[in-house]
Amino acid sequence: MTDIDARFADLAGVRASLADVNYLADDGIAGIVYLADRLGKPILVEGPAGTGKTQLAKSVADIVDARLIRLQCYEGLDESKALYEWNYKKQLLRIQAEGGEASWGEVEEDLFSEEFLLTRPLLEAIRASDPVVLLVDEVDRVEVETEALLLEILSEYQVSIPELGTVEATQVPLVFLTSNGTRELSEALKRRCLYLYIDYPDLERERQIVTAKVPGIGEDLADQVARIVRTVRQLDLKKHPSVSETLDWARTLVLLGVDQIDAETAIDTANVLLKYRTDIEKAVKEFADNPEELAGPEA
Amino acid sequence: MAVTESPSDVGRKSEPLLDLLGGFILELRNAGIPVSLTENLDAMEAVTHIPLADREAFKYALGATLVKNHSHWRAFEVVFEVYFSLRGPEYEIMDTDPASSLGEDEDQDAKMPGQGDPQGAGGGGGAALTPEQLAEMLFKALLQGDEAMLRALARQAVMRYAGMEPGRPVGGTYYLYRTLRNLDLDGMLERLIEASREQAPSNLTPLEERLERDEFNDRMDRLKKEVEAEIRRRLVADRGAEAMAKTLRKPLPEDVDFMHASREEMVNLRKAIYPLTRKLAVRLARKRRHGRKGPLDFRNTMRHSLSYGGVPAEPKFKFPRPAKPEIMVVADISGSVAAFARFTLHLVYAISSQFSKVRSFVFIDGLDEVTGFFEGVEDIGEAVHRVNTEADVVWVDGHSDYGHAFGVFWEKYGRDVGPKTTVLILGDARNNYHASQSWILKEVKHRSRKVFWLNPEPRAYWDTGDSIVGEYGTWCDGVHEVRNLRQLEAFVENLV
Repeated sequence: MTDIDARFADLAGVRASLADVNYLADDGIAGIVYLADRLGKPILVEGPAGTGKTQLAKSVADIVDARLIRLQCYEGLDESKALYEWNYKKQLLRIQAEGGEASWGEVEEDLFSEEFLLTRPLLEAIRASDPVVLLVDEVDRVEVETEALLLEILSEYQVSIPELGTVEATQVPLVFLTSNGTRELSEALKRRCLYLYIDYPDLERERQIVTAKVPGIGEDLADQVARIVRTVRQLDLKKHPSVSETLDWARTLVLLGVDQIDAETAIDTANVLLKYRTDIEKAVKEFADNPEELAGPEA
Repeated sequence: MAVTESPSDVGRKSEPLLDLLGGFILELRNAGIPVSLTENLDAMEAVTHIPLADREAFKYALGATLVKNHSHWRAFEVVFEVYFSLRGPEYEIMDTDPASSLGEDEDQDAKMPGQGDPQGAGGGGGAALTPEQLAEMLFKALLQGDEAMLRALARQAVMRYAGMEPGRPVGGTYYLYRTLRNLDLDGMLERLIEASREQAPSNLTPLEERLERDEFNDRMDRLKKEVEAEIRRRLVADRGAEAMAKTLRKPLPEDVDFMHASREEMVNLRKAIYPLTRKLAVRLARKRRHGRKGPLDFRNTMRHSLSYGGVPAEPKFKFPRPAKPEIMVVADISGSVAAFARFTLHLVYAISSQFSKVRSFVFIDGLDEVTGFFEGVEDIGEAVHRVNTEADVVWVDGHSDYGHAFGVFWEKYGRDVGPKTTVLILGDARNNYHASQSWILKEVKHRSRKVFWLNPEPRAYWDTGDSIVGEYGTWCDGVHEVRNLRQLEAFVENLV
């Protein structure tokens, strides 16, 4: 696989250019994106919802100036939605238009030509001549059997169509697969990918993300937001606040003109951060637990 | 092992590194992480693209190619540390003679490691430190979140308190415990909070105090990690990577014994249950989907024949009526299986969210239905709490009595067991020498679809002492040892 022209010059470059498009990567993320490019392998990105898995693919597409082709997975996804489909209506028309003059051999050859092929995301990514980034989103939603569809494309970068033969990729696209980890993916799929786990960011990175993504936020407020979110994530909740929810919350606070979060503000706006009633109740209890006992003056 | 025969185009690396990688991968496999040959080769290729001096990048390159499951990451990290991290120049052992400065109460020769600027600390540099001074420096470092200083102090603490002797056959946990006990981190936390209260311009609001506390806890965790790493480093230096890797090995989450899981391991286990029950549901559902199709749907077939000019080229079938499995879970929640029981309740909760017809029962010597506690509850913690406090499971003395519990079950709910019901019994069958009443199980088996018994005890202990799992087992379709997730998963796999 030495004929792949590298998209990235070096490790540090990946990180810097990701930062340029406002994606703050840590060492792991940048390193694996770099490796994926060098090894010509897909990346399987796993992690809790809302930690920027999909965004990573978008940002990388942005950097390398490629078209993003996205396949959203869902239960019941099949070949005709993911790979290709014959446009049978058009084929029918073709037969009728002929009116029985041509021989069957000719018609058949004509019917199964590229003209009647409807390309779906996977095939499209393979056939594209311009640079593309393929994103297979939420791959854990398809059934185990359907995963097998992806295998050929992921390891060989080719699609076999019985009537046409094998379509090989003109270039090796960068491929991202994301998964929320709701089920274990098959060994075969994992083996073909590099594995990247994106967890909730640590305090420092979250603060940077908030500062970068929320215009007009003060250094102090960003710090406080990040710290409160970290505390909330330590609670035993049904769904922990994701980065996107953190950002929503920070934006809300900026809009409200808050520059110092006190317990009351936190309680009032907790519904932006948390989406389950029980979770909100828990957090509120946590925020408001001790004011009565301490009777400290609210800042 | 095909470990060392890598393709020749990767020959850019020196031989020792290849050997090291080979040993590393072997150890990963020994620790239970599945590493295939392709992944092995990928790793070999990946490291050629990474500047070897960049340890973090090196680690992630290996991680991304070798470890495909996040729950294995910690085990990977430990192995990595043992094999690679401890070999860098910054990890040279600082003190000249480790044995001399290890006495617990001696202060002599304890030098501050050179790196890490001891800012704000009284003695600094090469001065000998008393335990009080060490504590004071630690306090300051924690207060300011000074990473380098923390690392240096962690080393110092291990050197002084762990009491490590070369060749002593003690695991890392013992040293960790000794070191941390001497540092008195709980007292330190209170002091830190006190200090930040004083530092604050105005009174800290409870929220701010809470945040401070979390910040300090976070720093202390980092300190603990440093201490742990330092102990590992010394053990490896003493006995060599290959020998230590085995001792330091962390069990993978799927191999953690339910009965002896630590709190942290328990949290991980809980997270792992949900995918498992979904798998269970998928397996049952798949069976339905793959079953024969329903009868011909005439109307639908006619409708579709229109696009073929009236020729019914595409016959349509009605969906078969899906069979709805009914599950009854009967779980022992007595003290002898307490840890398992907590886990069991989570499992029951997860199962009941996946299947529509689940009834759950818990027992000690009495038995009570707890289905209601799990229904429509969003917060599992609360449900478990209610089960533990409200369920009427004690009949006489609160010691397991399977015979009586089964008696109650049969009397009250026996008629609900039907041919579609699968009964899962969770318990160790330690009956405290009461009457077994195994005829009830016989009746249940007779009436139900399947009866399975999941026993959290090692198979070797079965039928010893007051365990009568063998007797009950006669009337079950399967008795399975389920001590860890891997076994539970195997059970689920074979269920359908």
